[in-house]
Amino acid sequence: MEQLKTIGRELAMGSQGGFGQSKEFLDLVKSIGEARSKAEEDRIVLSEIDTLKRKLLEPDIPKRKMKEYIIRLVYIEMLGHDASFGYIHAVKMTHDDSLLLKRTGYLAVTLFLNEDHDLIILIVNTIQKDLRSDNYLVVCAALNAICRLINEETIPAVLPQVVELLNHGKEAVRKKAIMALHRFHRKSPSSVSHLISNFRKRLCDNDPGVMGATLCPLFDLVSEDVSSYKDLVSSFVSILKQVTERKLPKSYDYHQMPAPFIQIKLLKILALLGSGDKSASEIMYMVLGDLFRKCDSSTNIGNAILYECIRCISCIIPSPKLLEAAADAISKFLKSDSHNLKYMGIDGLGRLIKISPDIAEQHQLAVIDCLEDPDDTLKRKTFELLYKMTKSSNVEVIVDRMIDYMISINDNHYKTEIASRCVELAEQFAPSNQWFIQIMNKVFEHAGDLVNVKVAHNLMRLIAEGFGEEDDDADSKLRLSAVESYLQIISEPKLPSLFLQVISWVLGEYGTADGKYSASYITGKLCDVADAYSSDETVKGYAVSALMKIYAFEIASGRKVDVLPECQSLIEELLASHSTDLQQRAYELQALLSLDARAVESILPLDASCEDIEVDKDLSFLNGYIQQAIESGAQPYISERERSGMLETTDYHSQDHHEVPSHALRFEAYERPKPASVPTQASTELVPVPEPSYYREAHQPISTSSVSERESSDIKLRLDGVKQKWGRPSYQSSTSASSTPPQAANGTSSHPDVGVGSSSLKPRSSYESKKPEIDPEKQRLAASLFGGSSSSRSDRKSSSGGHKPAKGTANKPPKENPIPVQPPPDLLDFGEPTATSVTATDPFKELEGLMDSSSQDGGSTDVMGLYSDAAPVTTTTSVDSLLSELSDSSKGNPGIYQSQTSKGLNSKEALEKDALVRQMGVNPTSQNPTLFKDLLG
Amino acid sequence: MIRFILLQNRQGKTRLAKYYVPLEESEKHKVEYEVHRMVVNRDSKFTNFVEFRTHKVIYRRYAGLFFSLCVDITDNELAYLECIHLFVEILDHFFSNVCELDLVFNFHKVYLILDEFILAGELQETSKRAIIERMSELEKLD
Repeated sequence: MEQLKTIGRELAMGSQGGFGQSKEFLDLVKSIGEARSKAEEDRIVLSEIDTLKRKLLEPDIPKRKMKEYIIRLVYIEMLGHDASFGYIHAVKMTHDDSLLLKRTGYLAVTLFLNEDHDLIILIVNTIQKDLRSDNYLVVCAALNAICRLINEETIPAVLPQVVELLNHGKEAVRKKAIMALHRFHRKSPSSVSHLISNFRKRLCDNDPGVMGATLCPLFDLVSEDVSSYKDLVSSFVSILKQVTERKLPKSYDYHQMPAPFIQIKLLKILALLGSGDKSASEIMYMVLGDLFRKCDSSTNIGNAILYECIRCISCIIPSPKLLEAAADAISKFLKSDSHNLKYMGIDGLGRLIKISPDIAEQHQLAVIDCLEDPDDTLKRKTFELLYKMTKSSNVEVIVDRMIDYMISINDNHYKTEIASRCVELAEQFAPSNQWFIQIMNKVFEHAGDLVNVKVAHNLMRLIAEGFGEEDDDADSKLRLSAVESYLQIISEPKLPSLFLQVISWVLGEYGTADGKYSASYITGKLCDVADAYSSDETVKGYAVSALMKIYAFEIASGRKVDVLPECQSLIEELLASHSTDLQQRAYELQALLSLDARAVESILPLDASCEDIEVDKDLSFLNGYIQQAIESGAQPYISERERSGMLETTDYHSQDHHEVPSHALRFEAYERPKPASVPTQASTELVPVPEPSYYREAHQPISTSSVSERESSDIKLRLDGVKQKWGRPSYQSSTSASSTPPQAANGTSSHPDVGVGSSSLKPRSSYESKKPEIDPEKQRLAASLFGGSSSSRSDRKSSSGGHKPAKGTANKPPKENPIPVQPPPDLLDFGEPTATSVTATDPFKELEGLMDSSSQDGGSTDVMGLYSDAAPVTTTTSVDSLLSELSDSSKGNPGIYQSQTSKGLNSKEALEKDALVRQMGVNPTSQNPTLFKDLLG
Repeated sequence: MIRFILLQNRQGKTRLAKYYVPLEESEKHKVEYEVHRMVVNRDSKFTNFVEFRTHKVIYRRYAGLFFSLCVDITDNELAYLECIHLFVEILDHFFSNVCELDLVFNFHKVYLILDEFILAGELQETSKRAIIERMSELEKLD
């Protein structure tokens, strides 16, 4: 009966619905919820748009109505339709005197408009006025809008006022002012560069919320210029200490951790400040040690802090004790059943591995489990780890795995990344040239169009220049093997364009070089390529150039040249090509064919791709001419830089300066993440190219000639760093095992089985006794991945102590977990509501069940009947709570959040809410079952 | 930095979308579609993190609702996962036992709460009480 009354009361409220909106609006939401198809939804929205267009034009709309119209516009926009016809009304609403409307107006414009929208200019004035308001809620609303709408050009209009607000009496205003300045700094660092002292001052704000907010801009500032903030190390440390000692108000606690989000921010800043700085790091040791002790590793948030500590330790110069603590935390993560924690563990491992390379070894099986996990996120993280721990002893296994994975995925972004990693690893650690070429072939074959052009140029360069400096024999063997592999691949259908370019180039240069293949065979193949990929002009260009080289070599060596008929027809076709580039190449080829041997030899000498060609970048041969011109009164040349008065242009390109310190417009959406590995900024500087080895390619008018020239400077720069690793030593180690250092004992990498045998023999026996179900396949993998160091380790042990088995087991047990323990209830897994215990009954769910049964039964659709059925449940338990699962999972920590304590009261509220919903027509009667389906799945 | 926040139901209907970086309308729809497709079919045992273009999405499911945060690749995943949870706790407190219907009918209030919690893509306030107090001051106006 109580419910009946409630419903009656709600009905009496008439059009003014229970949630503060009119019946119309609720009907809209309801009908959208009921829409059975996207088309139906669109129809409803379109008619709503018509209604609103009409209504917004009516004169003298009451304020409350107007507010609702704006909210309806927001709703339309949220559903993905265009509500731009109403933007102006939202803008107007920000001018209103009533705070309620003003706030709604600001809310709508922040959702509707981007910072470069034309209407912004109409709001700036209002914002300026509102920042001066006596009502701090108005100021807050304006500051919220500033954080979304102000762009570089409008910053100066509001900046002085925002700065003033840093000293406002209300902490909420100070906090938002800080965030606004933070946002200005992101938009245009120069605009707030003079305000840095203000940020420092706010760090000491009485209100912890303001202090916490100040950490955001400080983090950005510190990451741009560490050295100016070294003096703050001890302040940050002492704040962190106070936080961990629970000196902040209790309301900042989250799951019984004191202000964890502030702790994490502080740790991030400390990591920056302690990086490479011993004395700064030392100040942090104490508090970091405390954190490891205090963090509750049974909650997510505790683990989040632990993980941040690990990150911090991997950045600073850590003490051995801290490293140990970090390693312990990582092994806990890895042993957890939660995928999230495993992920964090793998990530942490990747961070610590550069400091203590041995650390991965004891987790090898965990790592392999993660590698084979069906969860792609985890898998990729693990590949990242493998990438970091690659060395010459395990490069083959790792790169093979990466390539298998690369072939299996469709995500182009990741494919590109993993392909470039494969290339990088192969370049650094390749055990042999044949292997290298094989890997490159695979990469090109499967991800050719995604690979950076540089990689192709790099490969061509490596094949041209060879790997050993003086070993011509090895070089020509390498070239031959490349040619052979390409001749095999070339007939496969649909090769990526880039790969074909490489193939054509290599065949042109070296196809006939050692006489194994005849010119007509190679030219035939090249013609096939040009024929099969007739729409790809670049490939055709490469093919024609290759033909030209082959014929040139033939002519130069005095052999008679028979131009194949298909080649002849290709030339003829290209002579009339629309592409001037192809046309020119064809004409050149035709001209060359009629020249005599000596002329040809001087035009295209054999194997000249490695010759150094001097490029006079300063154009010194023009000096005389310039001198003459100046003498006759010409103005001397002023470089563009000097003209525009910006002298530090090169600085713009350095990675950390992601802003140009000027007031130019800037419309960047996502900033590109910094490339993980390759330093690319080098390419932007005009370094004289010492060895433009592609000059011959480049001078032929390929459309990208200028690019490729710059590229080649890049290649040069990049290879310098890689050279030692790539070049002699590793190459030798594969050929002559005797010269390898003991550590690379299984640098017999061409026969991984040997490595497996020697390194995993002992560990395996200990595994078998403890954990018989470990897949031997996995162990093999583990041994080949981790083998190098583990074998050297066990060697060390065997020399130091006698009882190996004991040591072996002592080393391993942590990861042995003989019986796969039933995973404890995963705190994160709020997935299936059905999986939770009975206390968390979800009445909607029940209603849904009832609804189902009622529809099956056919008749019994008595609403009240349903209701009274549901009522007993709702009075005793939490109702339709999204958090009901949470309350279940956090049972161990009673009183974690307060709503739990007030359940009794809530159930009544929930009842009312339920009734309300029902009254508004959102009930599980046969009229609109889909809304329920929609809401609760 | 947080790039955007999405609340979507299992059918992919957007219940709330807040972007902290400027995006074109069409791009927003694409993002919403892609994020939904990514998270909806993930095994509940899997990590709550998914790579998304050059960023990553941290998501968490509550009953039929997915809360997704897109953050930088270098951000602390677990911290943002808990950040979602804190947000839900705040909602729960504000609506006393929040359910999806609350969010459907009061989405504008959810936006207001969000503005007190996250501003300019960063956590602005992490004290539940401070946020609830601010909201109740705003509520008084209604």
